[in-house]
Amino acid sequence: MITLDRLSLAIHGEAILRDVSFSMVPGKTFGLVGESGSGKSMTALALMQLLPEGAETSGAVTLDDGNLLDRPEAEMCALRGNELGMIFQEPMTALNPVQTIGDQVAETLRIHGVAARAEAREVARARLDRVGLDHVPLDRFPHELSGGQRQRVCIATAIALRPRLLIADEPTTALDVTTQAQILDLLRGLVEEEGMALLLITHDLAVVADLADHIAVMQDGEIVEQGPTRQVLSEQRHPYTRALLEASDHRPARTPRPLGAPLLTASDVERHYPGPRVGLLRRGAPLKAVDGVSLMLQTGESLGLVGESGCGKSTLTRALLGLDGVQGGSIAALGNPVSPAMPNTLRAGIQVVFQDPYGSFNPRWPVEHLIAEPFHLLDAKPARDARRTRVGEALQAVGLQPSDMDKYPHEFSGGQRQRIAIARALITHPKILVLDEAVSALDVRVRARILDLLADLQDRMGLSYLFISHDLTVVRAITDRVMVMQAGRIVEEGPTEQVFAAPQHDYTQALLAAAPRLPDYARKE
Amino acid sequence: MLRYVLGRLLSLGLSLIVASLVIFTVIEVIPGDPAAFMLGLNADEATVAALRADLGLEGSKAARYVSWISGMVQGDFGTSYTYRVPVGQLVADRLWVSIPLALFALILSTAIAFPIGILSAANRGRGLDYGIMGGTQLGIAIPNFWFGMLLVLVFAVTLQWFSAGGFPGWETPLAALKALVLPSIALALPQAAILARVMRSALIETLAQDYMRTARAKGLPRRQALLRHALRNALIPVLTIIGLQFSFLLAGAIIIENVFFLPGLGRLIFQGITQRDLVVVESVTMLLVFAVILVTFIVDIAYAIADPRLRRRA
Repeated sequence: MITLDRLSLAIHGEAILRDVSFSMVPGKTFGLVGESGSGKSMTALALMQLLPEGAETSGAVTLDDGNLLDRPEAEMCALRGNELGMIFQEPMTALNPVQTIGDQVAETLRIHGVAARAEAREVARARLDRVGLDHVPLDRFPHELSGGQRQRVCIATAIALRPRLLIADEPTTALDVTTQAQILDLLRGLVEEEGMALLLITHDLAVVADLADHIAVMQDGEIVEQGPTRQVLSEQRHPYTRALLEASDHRPARTPRPLGAPLLTASDVERHYPGPRVGLLRRGAPLKAVDGVSLMLQTGESLGLVGESGCGKSTLTRALLGLDGVQGGSIAALGNPVSPAMPNTLRAGIQVVFQDPYGSFNPRWPVEHLIAEPFHLLDAKPARDARRTRVGEALQAVGLQPSDMDKYPHEFSGGQRQRIAIARALITHPKILVLDEAVSALDVRVRARILDLLADLQDRMGLSYLFISHDLTVVRAITDRVMVMQAGRIVEEGPTEQVFAAPQHDYTQALLAAAPRLPDYARKE
Repeated sequence: MLRYVLGRLLSLGLSLIVASLVIFTVIEVIPGDPAAFMLGLNADEATVAALRADLGLEGSKAARYVSWISGMVQGDFGTSYTYRVPVGQLVADRLWVSIPLALFALILSTAIAFPIGILSAANRGRGLDYGIMGGTQLGIAIPNFWFGMLLVLVFAVTLQWFSAGGFPGWETPLAALKALVLPSIALALPQAAILARVMRSALIETLAQDYMRTARAKGLPRRQALLRHALRNALIPVLTIIGLQFSFLLAGAIIIENVFFLPGLGRLIFQGITQRDLVVVESVTMLLVFAVILVTFIVDIAYAIADPRLRRRA
């Protein structure tokens, strides 16, 4: 049994955690949920004593009789990897790129002195087999594996010595839904068979509802509510728990309207990438990233495009925006052909909002400059006063203040930045808005508000949306019609509710089955 | 891996051909008569004509290029106009000084730079780091000829441990090595300062990577995690700088060679230029280009050894 007793943490004097207390039992999963910045990961790092410099802890983390917080670093090194294992969010970067996976798993055994080289490799083989990598040789390097396989290697590394506690910090957030389901299954099996305690940290309530026996809800460094999963999620005593649950299932109110003429059409679009080099001058068969896709977006419509990473969504999006040329088929928007050579005035009519509200702004530009940038697409650029008026209006339309235009991006939160990105997209009064994973990086409550904003803007301005996402819940909430993409092709298409209620294609069925869903007891009407 | 090596070899060959064409064009084809240039303004017609024949400047440009290249491949670099000896012989003598000097300096600078770069990165933001970084700043700022002279003053003139200059030849290996000690220290120090800074910043970047956190979560102490996981990942930029430094040391040691009266390549090319001995200049330039391309090739192979992700790219 591992117990946290009034654990508090301050980094350079700033309080990060306040009186965090909970216990973890062998063979059970403890879910720690909360939004970004709530202190979930810091709780885990405090447990491991892997905190950044300037960290000061108080309270106690008890394992057996001792308080981990009092242990010297050398003793903690002996515990980490041995009694306490940990895996992280980003499997793509969590493994050393220049070491084979066999060496990395075996290293856990070798640094704790439990096995010599040959024996460590045998154990590594057995642990990799256990996590479902029996067909992958030990001498593979991480870059030769997929994201899901890499996360399995991380798990094998963490459980190589059968630790008593496994900490999984957002273990599936970076993975596709079908891979996520497999990794969660693996974790569940490990807890049951090996009897380890699992601390599962996630922002996704559906994931904990599915896996955890107990959960604790964290907000601003404090646990606001904890208890058996079913009880916490069905009773929802704390308002924050309720708010989180509502937000994760949020569907904005949308007014159904008759659809108008086709705005954006694509017929038999092909996008190829050159194949890998085979010889000096020869290349292999080209990779068909988009393979004969046709679509039509009508005025006032909201069209969803879902699929897992690598299915060709982004490549298709770039072609639809006229950023890349196509190798076959044709695209037309607002009655004109779309291509990299299309006129700027046409570009002004199709605008885009990307996923990352942090990376998509120049940090040295004030907001006014950022939002006004698309004006260069217009033949008649507004004068300075008119420009400020337009930017102010755009900011107001997305729920910000006109006075915000003189601030810089770092002064805004993630959700506010995404509002700025939407304002930038709206400044040229486009007819079509392409939302490329536009809410995927946001916390659930922020996401719910941005979805409300998008629904409201569509009603007021008669916009048409092409909504690209891997998140099925979001697509269901905001679209009228949905297309499912797999390996460059559209495998299923239809009215959103119909596709979700009665999926026809195997792949759509698999996607929907894999997507974690909140149990019915957690839904309050 | 084999395909990668073959790909790099191909690129090496192509670079050599392009470089030789450029050198040939610049020296022989561009307007102006090399023979007249070498003899100066006051030479009479007959002497120039004799030299033209002597240098093999008659005949088509293509034929001259082919004979130049085929000569070099067979080790015939032509005859120096001023020294009246085969250039091949001249260069070989100088290489016996320049290559050991460059290697010596490189080993020394690497041996200094690695530990202090690692130490600095491991203690980032602490007093030791500031001290080391201040020291490297000084190492970069001090001109190496001044440092060389200082070394001569202290170790040759005052302490009399080493001779102040000159090279006794490899017939007495120990004396030869001893003669190279002070110049290689003078050469190595600024290089080590640069390399240590590169090592430090590459390591600091690597230390922030996710896999370092994974290594710590496995139970590795901070220092071991650095040596086992960060070091190899930080090698790519360091190898790049080492390659550049070796190429520079081969010919760029000219000032230090002068300070210590060493008969190296740098001095040869310098003398070749001042005496307008185009045969020497042309051949030594080609040789240096070859050395730089060869070092680049070796560095490319070292990249692939350090980082398995590069082995696939041909």
